[in-house]
Amino acid sequence: MTQLALVIDLNVCVGCHACVTSCKEWNTSGSAGPMGDQNPYGADPTGTFFNRVQTFEVGEFPNTETVHFPKSCLHCEEPPCVPVCPTGASYKRKEDGIVLVDYDKCIGCKYCSWACPYGARELDEQQKVMKKCTLCVDRIYDMTMAPEDRKPSCVKACPTSARLFGDVHDPESAVSVAIRESGGYALMPEWGTHPANHYLPRRKTRIKIHEDELERADNPLKVDRQLPKPGMAEPTLDDVTTW
Amino acid sequence: MHPAFSVIFLTTLIGAAQGLFLALFTAQSYAAFKLLPQPDAHAFYGQGSLLALVLAALGLGASFFHLGHPERAWRAASQWRTSWLSREVIVLPAFMGLVFLYGLAHWLEWHPVLTTLPGGLPVDPTAILGVAGTVLAFALFVCTAMIYACLKFLAEWHSPLTVANYILLGGASGFTLAAAFATQTAPELVGFLAGWAAIITAVGFVSRCASLYRNCRLKPKSTLRTAIGVKHPKIVQKTQGFMGGSFNTREFFHGKSVALLRSIKWFFLLAAFLLPLALLVIGMQGGAAVLAMAFLIQYLGLLAERWFFFAQANHPQNLYYQSIA
Amino acid sequence: MSPAPTFNHSASAQEIKTTTCYMCACRCGIRVHLRDGQVRYIDGNPDHPLNKGVICAKGSSGIMKQYSPARLLKPLKRKAGAERGAGEFEEIEWEEAFSTLAERLEKIRATDPKKFALFTGRDQMQALTGMFARQFGTPNYAAHGGFCSVNMAAGMIYTIGGSFWEFGGPDLDRAKLFVMIGTAEDHHSNPMKIALSKFKRDGGRFISINPVRTGYSAIADEWVPIRPGTDGALLLAIIHEIIATGLYDREFLVQYSNAGQLVNVDEANDEFGFFVRTEVPTEEACYEPQDKLWWDRTTDRAVVTHKPGADPFLLGEFKLPDGTPVKPAFQLLQERVKDYTPEWAAQITGIPAETIRRLAHEMGVTARDQRIELPIAWTDSWGKEHDTVTGNPVAFHAMRGLAAHSNGFQTIRAMAILMSLLGTIDRPGGFRHKAPFPRPIPPCARTPNDPRAVQPNRPLDGMALGWPSDPDDLFVNPDGSPVRIDKAFSWEYPLSVHGLMHNAITNAWRGDPYRIDTLLIFMANMAWNSTMNAVEVRKMLNDKDEKGEYKIPFLVVCDAFHSEMTAFADLILPDTTYLERHDVMSMLDRPISEFDGPVDSVRVPILPPSGDCKPFQEVLIELGTRLKLPAFVTKEGGRKFRDYPDFIVNWESEPGSGIGFLAGWRGKGGETSLRGEPNPNQWEMYKKNNCVFHYELPKSYQYMRNWNKGYLEWSQRNRITRYGEPILIHLYSEVLQRFRASAQGKGFSRKPPENLKKRVETYFDPLPFYYDPLEAQVTDKHAYPLAAVTQRPMAMYHSWDSQNAWLRQIHTHNYLYVNAQTALRQGIDDGDWIWVESQWGKVKCMARHSEAVEPGTVWTWNAIGKAAGAWNLTPDANESQKGFLLNHLISEELPSGGARISNSDPITGQAAWYDVRVRISKVGAGETAVTSPQFEAMKPYPGMKSRSSLLAFFGGKFK
Ligand SMILES: Nc1nc2c(c(=O)[nH]1)N[C@H]1C(S)=C(S)[C@@H](COP(=O)(O)OP(=O)(O)OC[C@H]3O[C@@H](n4cnc5c(=O)[nH]c(N)nc54)[C@H](O)[C@@H]3O)O[C@H]1N2
Ligand SMILES: Nc1nc2c(c(=O)[nH]1)N[C@H]1C(S)=C(S)[C@@H](COP(=O)(O)OP(=O)(O)OC[C@H]3O[C@@H](n4cnc5c(=O)[nH]c(N)nc54)[C@H](O)[C@@H]3O)O[C@H]1N2
Ligand code: SF4
Ligand code: SF4
Ligand code: SF4
Ligand code: SF4
Ligand code: SF4
Ligand SMILES: [Mo]
Repeated sequence: MTQLALVIDLNVCVGCHACVTSCKEWNTSGSAGPMGDQNPYGADPTGTFFNRVQTFEVGEFPNTETVHFPKSCLHCEEPPCVPVCPTGASYKRKEDGIVLVDYDKCIGCKYCSWACPYGARELDEQQKVMKKCTLCVDRIYDMTMAPEDRKPSCVKACPTSARLFGDVHDPESAVSVAIRESGGYALMPEWGTHPANHYLPRRKTRIKIHEDELERADNPLKVDRQLPKPGMAEPTLDDVTTW
Repeated sequence: MHPAFSVIFLTTLIGAAQGLFLALFTAQSYAAFKLLPQPDAHAFYGQGSLLALVLAALGLGASFFHLGHPERAWRAASQWRTSWLSREVIVLPAFMGLVFLYGLAHWLEWHPVLTTLPGGLPVDPTAILGVAGTVLAFALFVCTAMIYACLKFLAEWHSPLTVANYILLGGASGFTLAAAFATQTAPELVGFLAGWAAIITAVGFVSRCASLYRNCRLKPKSTLRTAIGVKHPKIVQKTQGFMGGSFNTREFFHGKSVALLRSIKWFFLLAAFLLPLALLVIGMQGGAAVLAMAFLIQYLGLLAERWFFFAQANHPQNLYYQSIA
Repeated sequence: MSPAPTFNHSASAQEIKTTTCYMCACRCGIRVHLRDGQVRYIDGNPDHPLNKGVICAKGSSGIMKQYSPARLLKPLKRKAGAERGAGEFEEIEWEEAFSTLAERLEKIRATDPKKFALFTGRDQMQALTGMFARQFGTPNYAAHGGFCSVNMAAGMIYTIGGSFWEFGGPDLDRAKLFVMIGTAEDHHSNPMKIALSKFKRDGGRFISINPVRTGYSAIADEWVPIRPGTDGALLLAIIHEIIATGLYDREFLVQYSNAGQLVNVDEANDEFGFFVRTEVPTEEACYEPQDKLWWDRTTDRAVVTHKPGADPFLLGEFKLPDGTPVKPAFQLLQERVKDYTPEWAAQITGIPAETIRRLAHEMGVTARDQRIELPIAWTDSWGKEHDTVTGNPVAFHAMRGLAAHSNGFQTIRAMAILMSLLGTIDRPGGFRHKAPFPRPIPPCARTPNDPRAVQPNRPLDGMALGWPSDPDDLFVNPDGSPVRIDKAFSWEYPLSVHGLMHNAITNAWRGDPYRIDTLLIFMANMAWNSTMNAVEVRKMLNDKDEKGEYKIPFLVVCDAFHSEMTAFADLILPDTTYLERHDVMSMLDRPISEFDGPVDSVRVPILPPSGDCKPFQEVLIELGTRLKLPAFVTKEGGRKFRDYPDFIVNWESEPGSGIGFLAGWRGKGGETSLRGEPNPNQWEMYKKNNCVFHYELPKSYQYMRNWNKGYLEWSQRNRITRYGEPILIHLYSEVLQRFRASAQGKGFSRKPPENLKKRVETYFDPLPFYYDPLEAQVTDKHAYPLAAVTQRPMAMYHSWDSQNAWLRQIHTHNYLYVNAQTALRQGIDDGDWIWVESQWGKVKCMARHSEAVEPGTVWTWNAIGKAAGAWNLTPDANESQKGFLLNHLISEELPSGGARISNSDPITGQAAWYDVRVRISKVGAGETAVTSPQFEAMKPYPGMKSRSSLLAFFGGKFK
């Protein structure tokens, strides 16, 4: 059983928002579109986006970590948003685990959004239907596209390749390996939603320099007579004892 | 959560309708056992059912304002296997249908004896419809309440108290309305109805206080630590990725001050419970104006209660939408 | 099971065209997907060497730029009788625009070409605009460099012959330790991100030195918060520690820098401070003859440098046979940094001495112990063959956090010297050049040095911008006063190699040094975010003299959008967007070269021009032709170029030179590269090749290019450089010493005017030194305790993107970020409205607490705040009501002994944006929650589309 998902590597995400607008750009003219914007040129502009990048500060100065945190629908394996939907518009695809909304069925009751602990769904204020990340289902199976393009728009865009895409049920897939080897974790595990999307934590590289590594035998200061050798005539043990 | 007026009216109106119906049928049952005088069926049961029907219809009407696509509302009946909302969508019209038939049977004074119970009690269609209506009224309470109570991460809602409260508050308002209504249509039942209304209001008060007490001691299960998966005692959100608001900031935040929330709480405790209770006790002797007042105040109180019910619910998604910059 | 939402192949596009992005200056390759002639999707071109298929937030939002209601769609002229700045315009036709301009410019050119000034902003066509100005004959031309990062260019190019910015970068493929200083986003936007993530995943260690931790710094393994303007102290202390522990790459310094060269230290001597030479130089060229001396360790006497078998002392003091005391440059450097201890720097920078020491050790030990050795044979300039290319894997990158300070030049010199001490110049794992760099120190281009270079009806006799190597190269009048309106290349800012655009308006308004007639601004928002002191400068643009004439009589603005600047225009020329025109990113300007060789690229029109827009390139060619500027007309004075594409193909630097704007597919059939005859099908060939030409150098030419015989000869053969001489690193800068000596009254060159002697003597120190930024020197730091800086947001380009419906949702207004403790001490809560005051002005804005900012620093995103109504936003838009511009607090001038001097680096004229000192306070009760200052709301202009309050873009469906 396939479960497609994104794995987001917080270790390299610089918070550039490429995934945000490339998602909007693809999807507004795609099967989920248009994705409306209100007051696009006025006060408090607001619109439908499937993916947002947030920023958190962890700790206190000077030990602060700034964490950029992209979030879209996590395509939960036990999606609480699906069973609550009264119309069946929200559903999880058996074949690949993508959680989708059928916009022709959705009545815009918003109940599914209440049932999503992650705040991943957005009601399109113009079309009045619930929308959310489709995992770019209209790209990944579009056979008219080159194989390397059959990836979510956000994944293709991401300049740091912080977004990996693949089957988290296939233990050998790149996403599964990343989760396994880099400490991938799920959000709010306490709800048993089993998000398919995972996050990879920050990892630190440090250098340890031992005191005695600072000076090497070929220290250039010696060449320029700055670390002078003691003179031949200076006293040594040889002058005072024998063994 | 942002309290939506459509849902506030839906739940309070149909709650009162259900309560009213239950009051009617309670009176009928008592009367059947000769514990109460038989009221004028036309006026009391017939018009009473009509009143319940009107309230339920208003509630249903209000609910349409909640939908992005009301014209597709019929689709909402399809997922009764999994969705309490879908169940509500089925049970509400069924309940309304039964109320209609119940009222109609009374109106037409359709009392053929269908069977007799072991105690020799004759059973006519109104009794059958009444029992069925009662089952549906309770089912509807459960459906409505479970829409909220089933959302496990909305801790304020995720409790049997939510179901109890929907039943009790709907019941209280319905019985209070029934008492007020009886002053015009069945004065002989006023004391009985007002008495029950007072009892249910009092129990509702206890149950609602219990849920308030429970809610103020809740510790959120989700924290920023679990929300973003970073283990540190101090995490502060700086940006949420947009500045002009989004669905997630509009739908899940009430945007009101803690002080306002607190005053709404005190208001509804007074208006939905204590004041009506006092008025019911006073009106038990048949004071039409007092009982009408009791219902109006209680209904207002319940609007406030429902507003508070939504506003107090703190959605875990809000962890992700704390700050703009 | 419900079906998938309907999707069919019409979801994708019917047509895909490639071109080059211009949502920022990075210039990634993009694919524009079209559906029914409308843009449906823009993604990164996987076959492009720069971005390899990725794209950024801005690039992905190109659609919203293309269809923005803020676009100017008609040429406009100020309504007769309307006041300038009132925004009252009427539509005109291009013919009227051209004839008005041509008539006016013709008169100026025939009388005094100086009176026409052309300044361009964040554009990518300086080769053409510069050429136009030169052909016109005016010296008054510059682009954004002076207000951008000229300190970076000059500081590094005068030291290592190449620079960060668009001329070189860190080799993160092979680096093990990466130190990023004062960079938020920079031009190499996507490539930097690609490289950074790869670097981290490969286990590299990433240190960021920055007062603020956002963006790139967020993913750094270590964040080193530093007080703004103090990096010089940090870098000098690291140099101190590197030298004290012997962690420098001695062999590299000996062979490839002037570390071992002997400097005359006889104070009495006229030659004091200069290298001693074997003979008097004969050839007047811009390269350095190899006539300096080493003190050889084996023979213990002075020998000519690079003498086979010789090995110089780097430290010590020696006496030449004639008794002249000399010291190796490295010795002088060691003496210079002797007192710059980590403890000293800790006081200034706020970084603990322990950390400074550890940073030095990490750099030094990584460089020394993790040497890279690549099996690439190469030959050095002295003929020595090497079997391998080696490198020390410590890479740096720095940008405006260093550059935008008035001590930036010397700070950047210190950094370049540190990089050199670690042996990381053009070697694997370190800094790598990008063609056309490296160049001689300084590069050969010179400005005229005589006011007579400006003559009526004649092209300027020299380049408007160049690289002075001594006082005689300055562009000054006989009395030492500046020839240029911006005073570039004068004694005030001798090495202002990119001009001082930020002073052009103030100077022209004041008539100091003189009045001009026509100011043409292209692609610069000089009434807003690229001007300091925006409130006053806006008044200057409107100001009239006693006779009621505008002090700047005629203002022409070429812009694509309804920017703040356009309101002040007398004539507006509506430009096309990047999807509607031809463009070249040329070797003559700033190409997108890679480490492995030259790369240039083009844009081709994907869509027809909107409305009556016309590419500015076409405007210049038309004007050049009408004005009969020699480069644009035949001998007989007839039209030489049909249009811009024709110009690009056929123009040659000299008849038959084979050097043109584009390096790819030259020669009749496209058979040659870099040089060759014009190729009539050149555009087609670029188009077929993803709009990019990539010339990969042989491996043996890819490293050590300052001293790589093969490379230098190749570069000379292809006329990328005139000379093939080695380019030694200037630890010790004789160029600076020449200016200092002349200020001290020595030598035969020109002398600075009396009032500037001290200034030149102080700042033109041949060795890097630390000084407080100029503004700090004239500020009471107790009254203004905080440093205020801006940062680039990754999802916005300067002021361009507020018209972009998607991007502006991400940054619709800005806050001032204040360290939480600092704010709380002032009673300022998160989100409070505050006043921010500098000595020069005040703004009202909202504060946000942050733990990711150094306590003495406040910062905000750059250029988010807008003037009301600008960019065709509603007057109540957040940008103007809650957003603010820090520029109001920054002065373009500083008091200087009764006079005024530009708020700039005293060496390069780099605008000192990040020197401003401020104080903050909570607004009084009852003060409105609206940004201050406010300006009268701009109105939309005739011909613009109206803005909608709902947008539901569906490419190719709703037209
Ligand atoms: N406080 C503060 N101020 C700063 C800086 C800072 O860090 N802090 N940074 C400085 C730096 S480094 C720079 S480079 C400057 C940049 O400042 P500017 O060069 O003024 O850059 P932009 O704001 O991008 O404005 C350029 C103008 O070009 C227009 N434009 C966009 N596309 C086109 C086009 O295709 N054709 C034409 N003709 N016009 C177009 C835009 O509408 C805009 O009006 O800002 C400087 N100002
Ligand atoms: N997205 C986007 N990309 C852009 C631009 C844009 O507007 N938007 N503009 C382009 C242009 S024109 C330019 S010039 C480049 C500039 O690219 P950058 O140089 O990266 O731009 P700035 O935002 O000025 O970055 C300055 C950084 O230096 C830090 N800083 C300030 N003062 C100091 C200091 O004294 N010491 C240290 N160590 N750090 C300091 C600031 O906190 C900030 O992080 O970006 C280019 N790329
Ligand atoms: S595109 Fe990649 S790096 Fe940029 S915000 Fe999204 S995930 Fe992070
Ligand atoms: S993230 Fe939310 S919307 Fe997506 S599957 Fe999980 S519960 Fe449903
Ligand atoms: S909003 Fe649409 S998808 Fe969500 S629960 Fe209601 S009908 Fe289902
Ligand atoms: S997978 Fe597609 S729909 Fe989902 S966030 Fe990425 S681009 Fe948007
Ligand atoms: S980095 Fe600049 S050039 Fe590259 S895609 Fe982004 S906006 Fe376009
Ligand atoms: Mo810049």
